Amino acid sequence: MDNSTAIAPEQLVGRHARPGMSLLAILHAIQDDVGYLPESVVAPLAKATNLSRAEVHGVITYYHHFRTHPAAPVTIELCRAEACRSMGTEALAKHIEARTGCRFDSGHEDAIGLESVYCLGQCALSPSMMINGVLHARVTSQKFDTLLAAAVARMEEPA
Amino acid sequence: MTRIFVPRDSSALALGADAIAAAIVSEASRRGMPVELVRNGSRGLLYLEPLVEVETPAGRVGYANVEETDVASLFDAGFVEGKAHARHVGIVDDIPYLKKQQRLTFARIGITDPLSIDDYLAYGGLEGLKKALVADGMAACEALIESGLRGRGGAAFPAGIKWRTVLGAAADQKYIVCNADEGDSGTFSDRLVMESDPFMLIEGMIIAGIITGATVGHVYVRSEYPHAIATLEAAIVKARAAGWLGDDVLGSAKRFELFVAKGAGSYVCGEETAMLESLEGKRGVVRAKPPLPALSGLHGKPTVINNVITLATVPIIFARGAAFYKDFGMGRSRGTLPFQIAGNVKQGGLVELAFGVTLRELLFDYGGGTASGRPARAVQVGGPLGTYLPESQWDIPMDYEAYAAVGAVVGHGGLVVHDDTSNLAELAQYAMHFCAIESCGKCTPCRIGSIRGVEVIERIRKGDTKQVELLRDLCDTMVSGSLCAMGGMTPFPVLSALDHFPEDFGLDTASKAAAA
Repeated sequence: MDNSTAIAPEQLVGRHARPGMSLLAILHAIQDDVGYLPESVVAPLAKATNLSRAEVHGVITYYHHFRTHPAAPVTIELCRAEACRSMGTEALAKHIEARTGCRFDSGHEDAIGLESVYCLGQCALSPSMMINGVLHARVTSQKFDTLLAAAVARMEEPA
Repeated sequence: MTRIFVPRDSSALALGADAIAAAIVSEASRRGMPVELVRNGSRGLLYLEPLVEVETPAGRVGYANVEETDVASLFDAGFVEGKAHARHVGIVDDIPYLKKQQRLTFARIGITDPLSIDDYLAYGGLEGLKKALVADGMAACEALIESGLRGRGGAAFPAGIKWRTVLGAAADQKYIVCNADEGDSGTFSDRLVMESDPFMLIEGMIIAGIITGATVGHVYVRSEYPHAIATLEAAIVKARAAGWLGDDVLGSAKRFELFVAKGAGSYVCGEETAMLESLEGKRGVVRAKPPLPALSGLHGKPTVINNVITLATVPIIFARGAAFYKDFGMGRSRGTLPFQIAGNVKQGGLVELAFGVTLRELLFDYGGGTASGRPARAVQVGGPLGTYLPESQWDIPMDYEAYAAVGAVVGHGGLVVHDDTSNLAELAQYAMHFCAIESCGKCTPCRIGSIRGVEVIERIRKGDTKQVELLRDLCDTMVSGSLCAMGGMTPFPVLSALDHFPEDFGLDTASKAAAA
């Protein structure tokens, strides 16, 4: 995931910033490329977009989607919004924490990243979650265990 | 060659549709049976997903809740001829859940391949745009007002009046912005349009541009909808290649270009002025109104901002006329609304019906009661900023004014059902918590009020029921003092929970009578 160290931040910005592009679009392009937005891109981004570093930092930190650290190798985004709550997502969250030994929204240090999200648009098939960006619906504790085992197995495969 | 349909929308994919499609292809080839696989959109019957359909002389036969492991047995049973199997649900068009609906906006949905222009044209596509290209702008706005179409995003402002304002504004550049930041839990109709019939939205946006004189359109889609973004982008490429977009829309010498912008996980960007800020690449902070976006919107230019369903409904109104559309509905709520039945419900899905249907009908005739089999207790209508309706309110007709009369909102037509194990105090606290996470921070009642709200409800839940007075006072400040609906409507679910389910807050039910 983290190939940001391989290239200089100026190069990374140069690769994605085009005249007329909105800052949001550039940030998406960089995050899609290297998985997160390293602190080192703020200054070259500010220069490229003719904004202050404070403005760039403000945009990055305002939006939940943008990461300032690499995502965990297995990242689970569980919907905690109303429709999923009505179908037991809170109990599922407890099960997930017990199973993984990790805590929801606790930062970026865990091997398995647990993140709360608010609506994946699968409200008739609750509870729903994404595992490394892949959507799953009607998730039960048992189904989660199977999905987790598969995700961990994929993580441990030699590249 | 028999055509077999496996949906490609994200709900079907989340339940393994790709693996099912692959298994069907490989099983057919193993058996030497020629079949044509079509990846259609969703029918909206989400409780049946993944719903595989087979074309037969009698119509399209459905097989519901199919799993990859069912595929071999489906072939054994002769599903290619539409024969019986445990998953067999008969002719899909005859399923009452679908047959009883009044599908205007969603007429094509699930029937067609979302990325097939041929399918789109075969099912009435572009008829509206062709009429718009030869229409007088002001007359077209008047017709749209006459149709009664109101903003389907929730605010219910008449679309034609908004368009007329933009048409009448003099500017060197005008914009059409489609609000596809469908962040409300319990709603998925925008997603279904983008994933299952994207050309309809594209047509609606081109019409809006042609009529109001805007030459550039942006669809702002939330980042949580990667499949919708991908399908919409692919559809735009096809539409451009087919000459619908560009400098010469369908040979009319009129210009319209369309772009997709991706959000970044901010709920408040569904508020129109925050969305404009976000489109301009800034933090999604709400703007004070006035000026209205219709006069000073994106980059300070006149801008039509409409929700996906509003714009997707425009083509049929132009194709069939204002009188046709107006004929559906009741009171000042004309036409249809795609209701989304979600949460703890047995048969969740999209149900498009004329205004006037009741919550009880949607909940039981369509939804089939709760998924848990327990009694339904509260239904939140209109997303996280909508009220919780107790059973005593389930017979009110779905109509903007009738709902407003009891302090409720129809909103985007999403219903989230909760059974009798729900705790409304917990849900009220969650509403405040959500507001605290998502507040843009510009105004104090929302930014700080939501945090105080979480704390006050926590104290009430621990037994300090005297704090209820403080909670009501706080809600009053938020309703009256917030800049936008985020802080201004978060009290709606909170107060409705308190008024209708006081027992969950540790209050005696006498206060329920006092509130009523």
